[in-house]
Amino acid sequence: MSAEVSVVPVGFLPLLDSALLVAAREVGFAAEEGIELVLVRENSWASIRDRLAVGHFAAAHMLAPMPIAFNLGLAPLAVRTIAPMALGLGGNAVTVSKSLWAEMSEEGARPDLDPASAGTALRKVLDRRNDETKLRFAVVHPHSSHNYELRYWLTACGIDPDREVELVVIPPPLMRDALAAGRIDGYCVGEPWNSSAAILGIGHIVTTKSRIWQSSPEKVLGVSEAWAMANPDTLDRLLRALYRAAKWCGDAANHAELAALLARAEYVNCPSEWLMPALTGQIQQGDGSIIAVADFFVPHDKGATFPWQSHALWFYSQMVRWGQVGASPKHELIARDSYRPDLYRRGLRSLGVALPGANAKVEGALTTAMPVGAAGASLVLGPDGFFDGKVFDPDHIVDYLAS
Amino acid sequence: MSRSALRILIIDENRIRAAVIEEGLREAGHGEVATIHDMTGIARPIAEIEPDVIVIDLENPNRDMLESMFQLTRAVKRPIAMFVDRTDSASTEAAIEAGVSAYVVDGLRKERIKPILDMAISRFNAFSRMARELEEARSELENRKLIDRAKGLLMKSRGLSEQEAYALLRRTAMNQNRKIAEIAQSLITAADLLGPGGDT
Repeated sequence: MSAEVSVVPVGFLPLLDSALLVAAREVGFAAEEGIELVLVRENSWASIRDRLAVGHFAAAHMLAPMPIAFNLGLAPLAVRTIAPMALGLGGNAVTVSKSLWAEMSEEGARPDLDPASAGTALRKVLDRRNDETKLRFAVVHPHSSHNYELRYWLTACGIDPDREVELVVIPPPLMRDALAAGRIDGYCVGEPWNSSAAILGIGHIVTTKSRIWQSSPEKVLGVSEAWAMANPDTLDRLLRALYRAAKWCGDAANHAELAALLARAEYVNCPSEWLMPALTGQIQQGDGSIIAVADFFVPHDKGATFPWQSHALWFYSQMVRWGQVGASPKHELIARDSYRPDLYRRGLRSLGVALPGANAKVEGALTTAMPVGAAGASLVLGPDGFFDGKVFDPDHIVDYLAS
Repeated sequence: MSRSALRILIIDENRIRAAVIEEGLREAGHGEVATIHDMTGIARPIAEIEPDVIVIDLENPNRDMLESMFQLTRAVKRPIAMFVDRTDSASTEAAIEAGVSAYVVDGLRKERIKPILDMAISRFNAFSRMARELEEARSELENRKLIDRAKGLLMKSRGLSEQEAYALLRRTAMNQNRKIAEIAQSLITAADLLGPGGDT
């Protein structure tokens, strides 16, 4: 370990899944690796992108599709960005207004977070509303898992997300106000912006990311490729610090302390009660009932920090599906190589922990938890199914898009 | 058909800063400048104003919304892109340092946009400097009030002259390696806790 302390500036947005970064700094994992992790809070993903581009940040908390969009040239000003680590699995939910929930309930939606039941009911609500104004749903960014999940869910339930509803972009902390003011009817966002709406009686959580696609990617550590190439040793140390932080975040004994840390003014700046549901998986839906969702947010288990290239390729498939980028073998390679499992392994090898041997897996193939081949120790993955039973084979993207 | 005067839209929740920028642009001869403070329902004013250039503060949480709107041709009549000139990275960096970001209608020549961006950058910087100085002046005034109260407490309880009271505060601060205002604050807090009889 180097005796010199490296200062690493990292940007983040006030969201629950900045947890790994916050814990790495506040619990001391970064310091143990000789890193002074300087966390800078930003207000938009655009600012994260801009400040990474001009070198203010070495790395940032990023929406998992962002590095792919950058490298495909879909974002202005972006520099080449790689994802050598994911920052956990899951963590989102879909929340609708109380009045829309009432309509959905009448059409048979069950208060059990089941995406199929909620989606079928929403379809019936749309049929009944017919020529009224379109229902409006918000996501946080066009290149976000929120956007792709919401579209996936709606489409699988027979709703055309481009024609039958309106999708808009709203920053996470402003979602709840927009819902309360009636400017939108629902949204897909990260925590604590679902739980806070449920707790304050403004919205009703209808389903979760983990129910739409179990064990699915959400945020990554996006690193400027130029910085990563110039500072390989610092990157390795950063990855080790974050891995230890992830393990700490995943330990139920630390949840209250983690919630208190994240609640602080310089981080998420909200009551710690809003953060506990996602950490414990005890989801308050908004009608007083609490539903246990064991893997609502998974910071560490199930290889949660491994940057699966099959995740990158699924995002690419959705970019193609929704017309954000043209399909081509070249684009597919750019998307795949935005995720860097090789750097993950290089950084963590010395820890002697479980490292997946493969770079990609068939998504949706594991219906139960499965021990897999891993270097160093045992690793259990899955279950990882899509709610509609479809399977994504990263070797057959064209067939997947045609299906 | 091209218009001669550029239409500029300033989006800033900070009214004072928006006014400072608008004034700067008008002084530089740009007559068609509009300002919006509230981002709610922004699509309509943008469609009505049809700006050639949009200047927005970098910290505005709605930039992702704005950018996504530009990507949808339905939302705005003309394509708008972020002002990025890779040949001039110094200017891009200066804009981000200053906290300003600009979007322009596709196809506008760089020479027409650059002076507007430069003006916005200098006005943003001037505003930050002003805000910082104001904040410093405010905390300076607060500190002076604290020290005056602490001096009063010492003069009363220990029968010191004003000069002696100040010297005592200063010595204590130096010994403890703290600021005089901090020592004054501790003294006032202690006096408040010890109940009536303080100078308040």
